[in-house]
Amino acid sequence: MIDLDKWQEITAALKKNKLRTILTGMGVMFGILILVTLLGIGKGFQNNIQSSLGNFATNSTVFWVQRTTKAYKGLPRNRFYQFTNDDIVAIKISVPELENIAPEIDGWSGGATNNTFRAEKKGNFRIKGTSPEMNMVNPVDVTAGRFINENDLKDYRKVITIGPRVQELMFEKDEDPIGQYLKVNGIYLKIIGTVKPLSQNMGNREDIIQMPYTTLQRLYNRGDKFYSFLATAKVGESVDELQNSIFSILARRHNIHPDDKQAIGNFNIAKLFQKIFGLFNSIGFLFWIIGLGVLLTGIIGVSNIMHVVVKERTKEIGIKRAIGARPAEVVGQIINESVFLTTFAGFWGLVLGVLIVEGIGKATEGSVDSQILNPYVDINVAFIALGVLVFFGVLAGLLPALKAIRIKPVDALRYE
Amino acid sequence: MIRLQNIHKSYITGTNKLHVLKGIDLHIKEGELVSIMGSSGSGKSTLLNILGLLDNHDDGVYLLNQQEIKAMSETKAAKLRNDLLGFVFQSFNLISFKNAMENVALPLYYKKVARKKRNRMAVEYLDKLGLKDWAEHMPNELSGGQKQRVAIARSIITNPKIILADEPTGALDSKTSIEVMDILKEINASGITVIIVTHENDIAHMTDRIINLKDGRIESIIETRKVNRTESSKIPQ
Ligand SMILES: Nc1ncnc2c1ncn2[C@@H]1O[C@H](COP(=O)(O)OP(=O)(O)OP(=O)(O)O)[C@@H](O)[C@H]1O
Ligand SMILES: [Mg+2]
Repeated sequence: MIDLDKWQEITAALKKNKLRTILTGMGVMFGILILVTLLGIGKGFQNNIQSSLGNFATNSTVFWVQRTTKAYKGLPRNRFYQFTNDDIVAIKISVPELENIAPEIDGWSGGATNNTFRAEKKGNFRIKGTSPEMNMVNPVDVTAGRFINENDLKDYRKVITIGPRVQELMFEKDEDPIGQYLKVNGIYLKIIGTVKPLSQNMGNREDIIQMPYTTLQRLYNRGDKFYSFLATAKVGESVDELQNSIFSILARRHNIHPDDKQAIGNFNIAKLFQKIFGLFNSIGFLFWIIGLGVLLTGIIGVSNIMHVVVKERTKEIGIKRAIGARPAEVVGQIINESVFLTTFAGFWGLVLGVLIVEGIGKATEGSVDSQILNPYVDINVAFIALGVLVFFGVLAGLLPALKAIRIKPVDALRYE
Repeated sequence: MIRLQNIHKSYITGTNKLHVLKGIDLHIKEGELVSIMGSSGSGKSTLLNILGLLDNHDDGVYLLNQQEIKAMSETKAAKLRNDLLGFVFQSFNLISFKNAMENVALPLYYKKVARKKRNRMAVEYLDKLGLKDWAEHMPNELSGGQKQRVAIARSIITNPKIILADEPTGALDSKTSIEVMDILKEINASGITVIIVTHENDIAHMTDRIINLKDGRIESIIETRKVNRTESSKIPQ
């Protein structure tokens, strides 16, 4: 612990040249300030990207139909085929690593004309066929009512969920849309829920009307066909393997050449996520490097100043050694000063950095365009930064201190 | 107390080697008051610094308090200095940002004496040297004589066995010089060995024995007088 004596020694030495002490301290202060601010902003970037991804399942993959590129079993190349509802059943039965599988059918928007009517109100919305499991893969926020369920699917129910934009255009503010009907492409559909996308990306929209995909197939004469689906792997299972299993089942069922990878469109979303998270990490890493670099400059400043201070105090150190100060005490004293200076300055840098990051958070709050969302300073980061400071403070003091005690007392005393 | 046999010391500056002490043999008994004289550059300070463990000798045997001083760790040397030795310098060597009391108390800090106790002792010692009222003053507020008395108080506060003084009166006028010498004599009278480097004859003649150095060798030793130690003992141990 620092007792009163040590304390007095430290402050007396640092007070001797106030301006220099302050300037040196500022170097460290700005170092830690920049480090903390960068890390806080980095966190904000990360939060922003993460929120734009919503809760999209990271271990997922998407499949879509394409034309075959190889002739197979007497069938020509460049053949078009479609997925069928039985494909889903078959995949569910024979792929153990599968967690969820969710077919999806994009209906049409009305182009330039309105496709949705209710009394005097009308609008042009995106119509989609979906499945209950979609809410596990690319979840939405069900704000009222419920999402489409298995029974809706099985019984081809004419039920829909609507997005916020649909509700806004087709209903008054005080109206409850649940249980009401919309006339979509000439057919009355009952609203069972209102849903809000968790993010704007990943194919989520506000102007969307969703119904069971089986209902859509029936209403629009699509038989049991569809073009694309999403699938997720069970926790711990590899998405690559899931892809391979699904591919071979689909290839077999649709007489596609086992090597005709082009025939079935496929994208490993898990890999995309890995890339994005990799980017976070490298940005974070870069910020750490920059911040630490700036901090290091500050600390080198402290070390320089300690060199000068120790040199100036050579005689004083000589006197102290003549009257019995052990080398360890001399070194300890110098280190105390440098640690005190770095930690004190660093502490204020930390406080200012936190305030700045909070200020940025306040300023960007509620702004849609901002690339930063909820920046904050991780308390662990703060402690690591302080630890780094103390460590380098010791180092900054240690080098000049060791130099100081290498001088013989007699030479130190003679020093002017 | 101090025994030197054939002590040699050279300084190497660049390519030159300066042989400063060329075989010093000397015996100083406990309780002696000794002065070292000689012309400038004769090696007086060098000798005193070796005696004070501030510098090391190249060759020969140095026994301090029956202990042979050889290459030793600076930690051990610091402890010996703190326990056995007190220094008084021509230029006082007070620490400028500490007041008189704190300067006097500093050696006790390295002895791990509690703050209150060592400050009380420092004031006691300043009182003995007639500086009680100056305890809170900074060195730059003191006269040369006062500074040297503070330095002397600092040198004796640990109750050392030997006081080493390198031209303690060199920066003082003759009246103050005599006062300082009286104090050193009183300290000696209390049983502490005192070794004074000086080039002033009057000062040297106030000591029991004068060691004359010339060109790194002892030229002569003059016994000035025998003192009766039972008479005064103003500085108690
Ligand atoms: N650290 C050193 N490096 C090189 N030469 C030194 C060093 N210290 C002393 N000398 C030389 O050694 C010689 C003796 O020096 P010393 O200080 O012992 O003399 P002195 O007798 O005390 O003289 P003065 O009366 O002027 O103080 C001088 O020539 C001096 O220049
Ligand atoms: Mg000298």
